[in-house]
Amino acid sequence: MKESLFSRSTLALAAGLALTLVAGPGFAQEVIAPAAPAAAPAAEAAPALSAGDTAWMLTSTVIVLMMAIPGLALFYAGMTRKKNVLNTVAMVFAAVCVLSVTWMIIGYSIAFGDGGALNAYMGGLDKLFLGHLTKDAMSGTIPESLFIVFQMTFFAITPALIVGSIVERMKFSSLLIFLVLWSLIVYAPVCHWVWGGGFLSEDGVLDFAGGTVVHINSGVAGLVAALVLGRRKGYGTENLAPHNLVLTLIGASLLWVGWFGFNAGSAAAANDSASMAALVTQIAAAAGGLTWMVAEWIFHRKPTVLGVTSGAIAGLVGITPAAGFVDPMGGLFIGIGAGFAAFFFSTTVKKAMGYDESLDVFGVHGIGGIVGAVLTGVFAVEAIGGTAGLLEGNVAQVWIQIYGILATIIWCALATFVILIVLKYTIGLRVPEPVEVEGLDVNLHGETVH
Amino acid sequence: MKLITAVIKPFKLEEVRSSLTDIGLQGMTVTEVKGYGRQKGHTEVYRGAEYAVSFLPKIKIEVVVADALVDKAVESIVKAAKTGQIGDGKIFVSSIEHTLRIRTGESNDAAL
Repeated sequence: MKESLFSRSTLALAAGLALTLVAGPGFAQEVIAPAAPAAAPAAEAAPALSAGDTAWMLTSTVIVLMMAIPGLALFYAGMTRKKNVLNTVAMVFAAVCVLSVTWMIIGYSIAFGDGGALNAYMGGLDKLFLGHLTKDAMSGTIPESLFIVFQMTFFAITPALIVGSIVERMKFSSLLIFLVLWSLIVYAPVCHWVWGGGFLSEDGVLDFAGGTVVHINSGVAGLVAALVLGRRKGYGTENLAPHNLVLTLIGASLLWVGWFGFNAGSAAAANDSASMAALVTQIAAAAGGLTWMVAEWIFHRKPTVLGVTSGAIAGLVGITPAAGFVDPMGGLFIGIGAGFAAFFFSTTVKKAMGYDESLDVFGVHGIGGIVGAVLTGVFAVEAIGGTAGLLEGNVAQVWIQIYGILATIIWCALATFVILIVLKYTIGLRVPEPVEVEGLDVNLHGETVH
Repeated sequence: MKLITAVIKPFKLEEVRSSLTDIGLQGMTVTEVKGYGRQKGHTEVYRGAEYAVSFLPKIKIEVVVADALVDKAVESIVKAAKTGQIGDGKIFVSSIEHTLRIRTGESNDAAL
């Protein structure tokens, strides 16, 4: 049963990819005027350091770190069963540690280095170990060291998001190796495409704070990982209910607060663009939470804690690519759209498909990210972000957005699948069944929560 | 001597305890238990995943009383624990052969 489901899903995935591969180049031809990337890495001249910008970016950096630990760790911890809570938080925390070091060693160079002939697709190895960095090096109006650590927090949280898809059954060692490989083969190149001067920014794809780079990427990887790994034992028959949704609510709240650093921080300055991004972020988060809650009230009869928190996260995901490009009305509609799409996918579609993507990383981040990226092309306002969207008559921007989404999905799905298959047949991905039954906390970590 | 075992709704514990104290009983043993009868369980929905919760939390009270007090004790438990809703619980009465107070060595009724 498990095998046949897996092969069917794989087949569907492969068919979808084949379709999008055919469609991809068609969209590319419709590309129009390129937009400025949200965060330009290298300084052209030698601009003066802005104390205001630097202060805001230092603040943004630490609150984005707070999104991952403890925000994301708690958000996920509350949704797992009591026997696997410590494993869940350990995976997120250890991911932040190992990915921060990876970024220092090679990640930054691949994402923001000079790729020479391959620069459209990835950076080079000129910034290994950050050996190039000097104290007075600048990135725009802030020190390059600050730009590196700000981007480091993005590099740390994105792979950590995937943890939600594989909790309660994956080997700790395999997860850490997977995250390092994934961050270098998937995240760093896609980050280069969008923010490092690669082909997506050249082609005019709008992604202010990481709708494609962070959310579609982690969501698609989560779905592929859930399919390759298989379902948790007892999925669909046993009670796998969340053990403490107060933890989830605290985690979601920390994510929400941290998201101001994520979105408004992506302006890389303390200015009007950052302020507008902050405003629409709050609007979309609230609208997303309300939408999921009301939808669930109507369709499942009760408004739940898990629902309203999930909806707020979906709204935040949706506004991420749009933050610096849309006005408050755009923020409202993006929050509603992302909230409802994520609700529909995480409840109805997932149930019908029968795969166990444990904590809905694809349902919330993948779907919310896709909806947000498309709607960015619809609601973009020229007076705010410099690019007009569909509503201002620029129909082509929607196609450019879809092109960016497809490029990300194809590369991410293929590369994630290959990495996981290699690991599956070398070191193995899943814990032995008795360990899964008794719990990962005591077996993998020798600790229990209480 | 009789053992009265009563399974009641958790929020009724305090009322049952004070009504038994009122008729002169001096102690009881209480356990948090789970179970189901006609009330069955309920379902919980998490992001569309529905889980049946078959066992509901209940309180089990165990109290040993002298023969003369049994009817009065049962009556006051019923009075205090009854809501009229399904799931109010059950009372079982059984015989006890011997009782001994550890500290003093008193036995049977003197030990209650």
